[in-house]
Amino acid sequence: MEADESALPLEGSKITITSWMAFKDKIGRGWYRFRRNPISLAGGSMVLLVILLAILAPYVTPYPRHAGAFTDFSSTFQAPSGSHWFGTDEVGRDVFTRVIFGYRVSLMMAVVVLGLSVPFGVFLGLVAGYFSGRIETVIMRTTDIFLALPPLVMALAICSAFTPTIEKAMLAVASIWWTWHCRLIAGITRSIKTEEFVQASQAIGSSHARILFKDILPNCASALMVKITLDAGFVILVGAGLSFLGLGVQPPKPGLGTMISYGAQHLPMKWWLTVFPSLAIFFLILGFNLLGDGLRDMLDVEAEGI
Amino acid sequence: MTHPNMLEIRDLHVYFRGYEGVSRVLDGISLNVGRGERVGLAGETGCGKTVTMKTVMGVLKIPPAMVPHGEVILDGQNVLEMSAKQLLQIKGTRISMIFQDPMNALNPVFMVGEQLYDVIRFAQGDSGTGRKRFGTEIHDRAIAALEEVRLPDPERILRSYPLELSGGMRQRVLIAMALVNGPSFLIADEPQTALDVTIGAQILDLLSELVRTKGISVLLITHNLGVIQETTERVYVMYAGQIAETTPTPVLFKNPKHPYSQGLLASVPRLTGGEIAEGIRGTVPDYTVAPSGCRFHPRCDYVMSICSQRKPPSFPVEPDHYVGCWLYGKEGGSK
Amino acid sequence: MKFTYFFTRRLFHSILVLVGLSILIFIIARILPGDPARLALGPFASKENVAHLRHEMGMDKPLHLQYVAYIKGIFHGDLGLSFQTRRSVSLDIAHYLPATIELVMASIVWVLVIGVPFGVLAGRYKDSWLDNLSRVVAFIGVAVPPFVVGLMGQLIFSYGLGILPTTGRLSLLMPPPPTRTGFLIVDSLIAGNFTALGDAFVHILLPSFAIAMTGIGQIARLTRGSVSDVLGKDYIEAARAFGIPDRYVTFKYMLKPSFIAPLTILGLTFASELGNAFLVETVFGWPGMAKYGIRAILRKDFNAIMGIVLIIGLAFVVVNFIVDVLAGYVDPRIRIREEE
Repeated sequence: MEADESALPLEGSKITITSWMAFKDKIGRGWYRFRRNPISLAGGSMVLLVILLAILAPYVTPYPRHAGAFTDFSSTFQAPSGSHWFGTDEVGRDVFTRVIFGYRVSLMMAVVVLGLSVPFGVFLGLVAGYFSGRIETVIMRTTDIFLALPPLVMALAICSAFTPTIEKAMLAVASIWWTWHCRLIAGITRSIKTEEFVQASQAIGSSHARILFKDILPNCASALMVKITLDAGFVILVGAGLSFLGLGVQPPKPGLGTMISYGAQHLPMKWWLTVFPSLAIFFLILGFNLLGDGLRDMLDVEAEGI
Repeated sequence: MTHPNMLEIRDLHVYFRGYEGVSRVLDGISLNVGRGERVGLAGETGCGKTVTMKTVMGVLKIPPAMVPHGEVILDGQNVLEMSAKQLLQIKGTRISMIFQDPMNALNPVFMVGEQLYDVIRFAQGDSGTGRKRFGTEIHDRAIAALEEVRLPDPERILRSYPLELSGGMRQRVLIAMALVNGPSFLIADEPQTALDVTIGAQILDLLSELVRTKGISVLLITHNLGVIQETTERVYVMYAGQIAETTPTPVLFKNPKHPYSQGLLASVPRLTGGEIAEGIRGTVPDYTVAPSGCRFHPRCDYVMSICSQRKPPSFPVEPDHYVGCWLYGKEGGSK
Repeated sequence: MKFTYFFTRRLFHSILVLVGLSILIFIIARILPGDPARLALGPFASKENVAHLRHEMGMDKPLHLQYVAYIKGIFHGDLGLSFQTRRSVSLDIAHYLPATIELVMASIVWVLVIGVPFGVLAGRYKDSWLDNLSRVVAFIGVAVPPFVVGLMGQLIFSYGLGILPTTGRLSLLMPPPPTRTGFLIVDSLIAGNFTALGDAFVHILLPSFAIAMTGIGQIARLTRGSVSDVLGKDYIEAARAFGIPDRYVTFKYMLKPSFIAPLTILGLTFASELGNAFLVETVFGWPGMAKYGIRAILRKDFNAIMGIVLIIGLAFVVVNFIVDVLAGYVDPRIRIREEE
């Protein structure tokens, strides 16, 4: 709000966290705000719903056998109905079942890619931001090179070196994804390493490792949480793109991108083959984005690069 | 048209509508600035000084602000009833202002000259759509304005971006912009706080000298009593959107009447030694649930029953000295 | 003087990135997959044939010499032979590139024409319905994959309403204008062929929008934040207090500083749109480089892959260089900070 300094109390002032405990406290206070924000609640529920459906896929889907190389030529290309909510595909498999199983692949992609790239990127980011000089230059110039290509193109190029499978696609995406986290963390580290509590820690002779992981890392945690949430959506998007181009999930495995790519051949008559997997992807990515946006408000993150 | 007072604020109320409800930021303040007079408005951060200033300048955003009651008479005209066009005509030429933070008051992506030229140009009634008129005349006036605020090498300053200048130089540029169109009334919002102490003092000296020689009326807004003492003739003490006391400046420092003024002066550390400065207990209230009656009553050592019931009017204690406190009213006893 | 310094620094940085990228791509395309000659000829080729091809491709030399040879070739405009088309990769790229550039440029136009004004209005009228709409658009833009936008667009506008074509750059029966630049819109303008111009325009609408969707949302939100930020600054209030008219303040003193943030990420937007082009060209049968690239990747045509990746990297670096220099030109803070 504008006008008077009196109109608002001292809110929005940047508080530096000095320990993991303080970070937990921040989460606690943030959770209070989070619960009151309908948008982030909606995002969280969407993501949670998809995760639950994916985990319980064999139990909640009507035709779990349709997730693989199943064929039933008596019921091909059926329009959506009570028994097949999303219709059936060219070999008679239930699209709803395959969408839910497709979610498994998408979520697995996000977990694997971020699980591999985040620790790597965070570590390099801490190092680059904390030790200035040659190390920083080398690391940051390397990220520049990786960022000179759109993620999808880079992933495509790396995929091209291997036989296309979803596992290879995950590795390819992970091998470029660390750069984003590296730059984010390096930026935060650079700005807080001059703060008093870090200098105090240096003065009492803490090791570099202690300073990096006990003093600096907690201050990156909020930004990182937001970044990871938003990235989950983005990784799934790139994964779907790779599958759509035939370099990700290979049939008969159900991948959302793959399903859309096959469905597109039957447009416009068999529209359900394209529309439902598309909506499914949209739903999941939107969920992650709403959640990430809510987290950003909740944790009051303003770092560059998110 | 000569109105006795340059500025007259009468019973001004300004409220803000926000998430927390309605903030009653200004609760009926009245204030006069005579012609050629230099008046101070003193108060803590958050007491409504800036809102007062914005209302006078006609830059208050409505909504979220609203003015349920009150008048702001500038040179005989009510600012609150002026059209946007009328407001535009008086800005810069009749009324102008000095900003608190010179770091942020200049646009970082334009050269100083470009900004100064625009200020001069529009005062001459240029609509801004035609080509630049009076090219050299504008340039000469800009140079003269910069020389007046004692900036060395004004030609170079005109070609500089704000971030190439120091804080003191930027504040000088801003003073030049404020005065270049010859305003008769100037609002200065803590013009020294964002600067180093010595630089701030130089800026204040320069400003005092310029307004004195040009006969400009000034309303100086600050929380710094030292600045009030040095640069103003009369002072209003403001607390939480109410005027607590008004008096000639020297009197305030010798004989403050309002309990808040007394507390405020007692909290200023003195170089002459003596007892340790004491603060005023409590904090500035929340404006959505402001205290009833006199807003200072929860923090006041002399609080009486009437204080929380009715807002005190301004009681004269001496010809030029008014106090908004029931202690000085007929109903109240003497201290 | 100052600006020259800034300019040279940026140029040097761009060249460094390009060199790094070429090494990275060399590693990916020449080293990771193993033996490209074997891959090119297939598992049933004789050893002699493979060895012959290896020699022909210069792959029997040490790696660093291979790299040097490759870079030398690039400077002569030689990116090697494409295995799939049996033509020079440079020729193939020259043939396919204009279609892609035209498409991406059109999508940048979408971003600038819709995203920026939308963001300015949303920031100027914060919390209005327009602002909320921009938030919704941004969320949708980020969450919908570009190929889905394309497919849904086809479903609605082509199959449903029948007002836009589904695939290609021109209608089948439309004789293309003589090729001058390779950009159909420019070529038909040069030829004065307005029927072809209209046809090309109608064909590019949907695919370029599908590519631009994400960028529109992002730029709108960024501009919105930037505008609302700038509006809260003292210098806007100061300009008004000194008697500069509101409209003039808005168009001059507000817009210029507000455009810096969106301008600096325009390079990234361009890159992500090039990436999106890979997906969207497939949907629309757009005869561009992305389609050529996908085929190259699926058939392990490594010279073509390296060529495409380098060209895209080059495009990105050039665009970013231009954007950086522009931003430095607009914002003295950027170029002065650089000197310190």
